[in-house]
Formats: sequence, C-alpha cells, structure tokens
Amino acid sequence: MVVNELLKVDQSKVARARELAERIARDIQREVDQVTTVSIERTVARLFGIDGTNSEGVPLPNVVVDQVAAANQLHRGIAFWLANAVVALGKTPQEVAESCGEGLSLCDLEIQDPLRVKQVMDEYTDSALTAIRRQRQIREELKDKLGIGREPLKYVIVASGNIFEDVKQAQAAARYGADIIAVIRTTAQSLLDYVPYGTTTEGYGGTYATQANFRVMRQALDEVSVELGRYIQLVNYCSGLCMPEIAAMGALERLDMMLNDAMYGILFRDINMDRTFADQHSSRMLNAYAGIIINTGEDNYLTTADAYEQAHTVLASNFINEQLGLLAGLDHWQLGLGHAFEMDPKMPNGFLYEVAMAQTLRQVFPDSPLKYMPPTKYMTGDVFMGHVQNAMFNLASVLTGQSIHLLGMLTEAIHTPHLSDRILSLENAQYVMDNARDLGREIIFRPDGLIQRRSEEIVDKTLAFLEEIAALGLKGAIGAGYFAEIKRPPGGGKGREGVIRKGLDYVNPIMDALRRELGREN
Amino acid sequence: MVSALKPYGDTWGDGQMQLSFTLPLPAGPKAQEAAKRLAGKMGLDNVQIVHTKDLNGFTFFILYGSCRHSIDPSELPELPEEEAALSFEEINALIEERVGRKIVVVGACTGTDAHTVGLDAIMNMKGYKGEYGLERYPMFETYNLGSQVPNEELLQKAVEVGADAVLVSQVVTQRDIHIKNLTELVELAEAEGLRPKLIMVVGGPRIDRVLAAELGFDAGFGPGTTARDVAGFLAREVARRMERGE
Repeated sequence: MVVNELLKVDQSKVARARELAERIARDIQREVDQVTTVSIERTVARLFGIDGTNSEGVPLPNVVVDQVAAANQLHRGIAFWLANAVVALGKTPQEVAESCGEGLSLCDLEIQDPLRVKQVMDEYTDSALTAIRRQRQIREELKDKLGIGREPLKYVIVASGNIFEDVKQAQAAARYGADIIAVIRTTAQSLLDYVPYGTTTEGYGGTYATQANFRVMRQALDEVSVELGRYIQLVNYCSGLCMPEIAAMGALERLDMMLNDAMYGILFRDINMDRTFADQHSSRMLNAYAGIIINTGEDNYLTTADAYEQAHTVLASNFINEQLGLLAGLDHWQLGLGHAFEMDPKMPNGFLYEVAMAQTLRQVFPDSPLKYMPPTKYMTGDVFMGHVQNAMFNLASVLTGQSIHLLGMLTEAIHTPHLSDRILSLENAQYVMDNARDLGREIIFRPDGLIQRRSEEIVDKTLAFLEEIAALGLKGAIGAGYFAEIKRPPGGGKGREGVIRKGLDYVNPIMDALRRELGREN
Repeated sequence: MVSALKPYGDTWGDGQMQLSFTLPLPAGPKAQEAAKRLAGKMGLDNVQIVHTKDLNGFTFFILYGSCRHSIDPSELPELPEEEAALSFEEINALIEERVGRKIVVVGACTGTDAHTVGLDAIMNMKGYKGEYGLERYPMFETYNLGSQVPNEELLQKAVEVGADAVLVSQVVTQRDIHIKNLTELVELAEAEGLRPKLIMVVGGPRIDRVLAAELGFDAGFGPGTTARDVAGFLAREVARRMERGE
C-alpha cells in the first residue's frame, strides 16, 4: 500500500505511545501465560483430528475436554490425555473421542511411557501444522497467480442464515466487484461454548460459523476467483467463547481474514477478561501461522461512544491490539486495525475530522492494512440520504489510502442487505474510488489548518490516555469504562469457569510448536 | 376535504410512485415484461422502467408508474393526534409535578438479540442525535440490562426494582423472530399478572405503533426515535395512569 504523508505526525509521540502499549500488553501477557481455557484445549483436540458429534449432537472436542475438566485433570492439558489414550488403546484421537462418547474415561487409563506419549503428541502436532502450512501455501500461490484487487479492497457481508443462499449472494457480489466476502455469524453464536457441526441453513441475522460452512464458502469463492481472475478473500468471526477453535477451523479451511479483537468480547459480549485475553492469544498465534489477516473491532466503540469525543480511545486501542498481536507472532501486514466513519452528519466539518482521523491512523500504522467501517450509527430509514453518507465515507477512504473497506449499505438501519443493496453499494464505491483515485497524491494539508490541528489533538489525547491505562493496567481501565463507555469488572463476565490454571505438568504441543515456529520463545 | 387521495409527483392527482426491486430472472425482454406486469398488478398504470441492471441471473429495476388506487381520508379511523413534543426540562418538571417521584424503567435487548445500539441510544447517558439518554434525566431511574436478556429475566428485574415501564429493543427481525419474542414477553407478563401494572414499550428499526399495538404493547418506536420521544411518552403515560388511580 502507498502511504501519502498528508499530515505531519510527531514520530517521537508515536514511539512513546507504542512503548506504553507494549508495557500494557506485556502485563496482560504475563497473566495469559499462566492459564489455559476449555476452548484452547478443544482447539488442541480439533487439531489432533477430532471432529463430529456424539449421539446427542455434542461436538466431540467438547466431549473429551468436558470429561477431563470434570475429573479436574485439565491442568495437564488435553493433549496429554489424548496421547496417553492413543498409546494405551492403539487408536487414533478421533477413535478415542468417539469411544469417550460411548463411555471411555480418559483419566482412568493407566499412565503410559512418557516418551511414547510425547512421540504421539509430536506426530499429531506435526500433521496439524503441515495441514495449516499447506493451506497457507495454496493461498499464497492463488494470490500470486490471480491478484487480490486494488486497495481500498471492497468488503461486503452476506447474512442470509442459509450457507447455500450465502454462496449465491457472495458469488454475485464478487462478480460485481467485491474483493472480500464476510459471512456474518448468526446472532448469539459468540456466547455458545461450542462450535456447531455441519452445514447449516437456519440462522438469525447471519449464518452459523461451522467448519463445513467455511469449506462450502471457500470452495464457491475459489470457483468465482478463477472465473474472475481475482482471488476473493473470505472472512469470518474469530471471537466470542470459541476464538481459538474458530481460528483452527479457519486455518484448516483457508479463510483469509478473521475478525479477532483482544477486547471486543469483554466489552460488547460481557465475556470474562481472563478468558478473552487467553483465548485471543492462542487464536492469534494460529492466525499468525496460517497467514491470516486479523481485523480488530475498535469501530464498535463508536457505536456507543461519540466518534469526535472518543477518537483517541480508538487510536489507543489500535496500539494495544497491535502490541498484543505482535506478542502472538502476527506480523504488521496481518494487523487489520479497525476504525470507523461514525461522526454525526450534522456536525459542521465532520468530513474534515473523519479525514484527520483516517489519515492519522494511516501514517501511524503504515505497514498495517487498516480496516475502515462505514457509517451505521447515524444511518436512518432514509435510504437516499444513506447512499450519500456512504459516498462520503468512500471518498474519505480512497483519499486516505485505507486497505480493507467495508462497504456501507443504504439499508443499513433496515434489514440485512438485499441482493440489489450490495450491488448499489459496490457501484457507489467503484464510482467514488475511481473518480478520486489519486487525490491523496495531489494534496497535503495546511500546517496550521483544521485537519492538521485535529490530528495533533488526537495523538496528544491518545498519549495521555495510554499513560493512564499503563498506570491502571488494562484490566483496571476496562473496569473503569475506558473503552466504549462500557464498564466490565475483572472477575465478572461469561465463560469464567472455562479458565484453568496450568499445572506444572501442563503440556500444549500445538501452542509450543507455534511459538517455536513464530520465533516467539521467550 | 378531497375524497380521492393519491400520491403526488408534481401535479395534483398524477399518482406518481417510484419503485425498485429485483426479479430472479436474467435481464432481457422477458424480465422487462414481467416487471411491467407485476407493477400493473400492484395498481400502477403507465409503467415506465427507467433503469434495469443485469445481476447475473437476476435483474434490478427502477420504475415509475401512476397509482390507480386512491384513499378517501374521511374513511380513515380516528387515530390519536401526536402530542406536542416536550423538552428535557418540561419532561422532568411534568414528572415532578404530576408523578412526584422518579419513573423507574428497565430496558433490554431480549431473546438472542445482541444489538444494543438502539437501546443504548435511548437509555445511556450519552443518548443519540444530541438528545441525552434517559439515564441523564434526573426524574428517571434506569436499568439497562444489555443484550440477549431472556424475557423472564427482564420481568424479574422489573418486579425487583418496582419498574413503571419496560423498554424492549429488537433489531434482529429475520424470519420474524422479533414477533415471536415480543408476543412471548406480553404473554409472560399477562401470565404473571404484571401486564396491567407495567407500561410496555418496544423499539427497533422495524417497529411502529400499529405493530406494537397488535402485539399488545402500549407503545412502539421506530427509526429516528430519540430518548426525548420515549421520555415524553412515559412521563405522560405514568401521570395519566396515576391520575386515573391505576
């Protein structure tokens, strides 16, 4: 991506902000390293090849992990118990899991020769990592061969609830110029402590994220990619109570991007902090290794807090998400840091302030593919006005060189997009972006002007805000309502019971191997 | 009064309407004819298709036509006139004078709905469109329960805090899940004997007063509603009920 230096950004302040964010992230990381979660353990089970459900429809990764958790033995790690059973019974992990569904008790098996157990763990870890590497390689080859479209990449959502309808709509959108397709998840999936199994045709406000649905959509997009000579990227949601499991599924099914924020679940889904921080770390290591680009969720802050008043909280959170991402082995090109065009359309010069924010972020994170979200908060049932608001958003995006551009729909406040809404929106973006393509190369902002001064104000406020957070600690700051004007006390929230302190004998060969491969061994 | 009310384009009685839709037919003369006939069946004459777009197996149309139908305004049922909107200060003053205590409100996004944008716009301090939320009104005591709250839990909380009103926000309306959810809430309130004591209000992008009334709610608020609209309604309604001795 090309970054035009339209503004003067004080690099010493940016460096100081990064230093503070790194300190904040390292404090969290120290706690993360002490614990595992039921979802991290289920991820290991999945990557050992366990899939499917028992006779009652409970996913087998849940069956094995719940069994070991009930025996209070999860602090050793599910990998150990599975590998021990593999050695004891001469079965594959999948066969072991199926037997668990029929009454086998993993923790009652005799403990086997540790060398044999380790060999088994290494063997299944190798094959999991090989499968992930193979998908990454296929993606890289396809991207090289076909190209990925021109930034800002046009990103649209499908959300019919039925994966087979989603496929039709996604292919139609790609043919009309969409570069990225996100399958919105059904409402409430984030709070399920398991991942549903198989293809699904019923959902509310979206479609279940399942491994089978991932595969169906990736295959459909591969077809249309070849037809169009452009690699169409697929996005899903690596968030909620099953973050790392969804990362594993996405890695195996070649998703290209994942919504994957370090704090979103805490703030907007009231998920327990310790759970979310641990889960985000493991999920991000998987995304890092799989070559997946993550999208962070700061744009959501502005749906509850004011976009002008709270701009600095977005930038501060971008810094923190960046540092937590780097600690998990993600590279800068994988950090799709989020923000949004959410100022009140009645605000005089609102467009100038939007440009100031977007351009500041562009220059602060020059190597990261920024994710820019469209207006939602001030969208009304007036679809004509909505179309104009989206055009202004498209202009801000092309002017400031944003990378991942989520298209606004004129019916945003009314329903999940109709087929034609998506096409109208693509035409709008195509027109504005082509028409103003090189505007950003032609201008610089007045050094004493409104945009430059606003940019300085955002950076200064961000720095002060990060100083406060560093003093309070991130958990304290979230507890005090620092982000999105939402307070979440440490110790509260959903999914807390799924956090387990690691024992001295804890093993997680998958995460250990990832850490090794990503060069994150401390 | 006129007896034949029609849409107005630029001349009295021209009945001009604009319409856009997509047909699942490939673009071509067949799709054009289908769109024209459909518009005819919808009551439009002189149909003019001004734009078609081929959407790979589908066709998008924008068309104009003159509406054959008309409405006789004298046959419309009596509908309550909109009461004049009250200001922030007027609302607080009205509650102080006519209610004499704070009005207690419990709000939630019920069922599986995780979208709190609408609820927060009405309830939170900050509000929406420059209008403070209910939390900011000194004469309101508010409890925002957030997203994905079961109907039972909402009513339980309402009883616990002695609520005058419950506010339910429903954003997700796919497959009419909101209808099912809202009906269940009213039935539950009736079964528990709470219905007469509670003012039940629903809001969301697909909600209007007619739908709200059909579902057994006291009021429904649609897109563009601000906290002041809701606060004004609640202040007047609680005062009316107290004065009638309910």
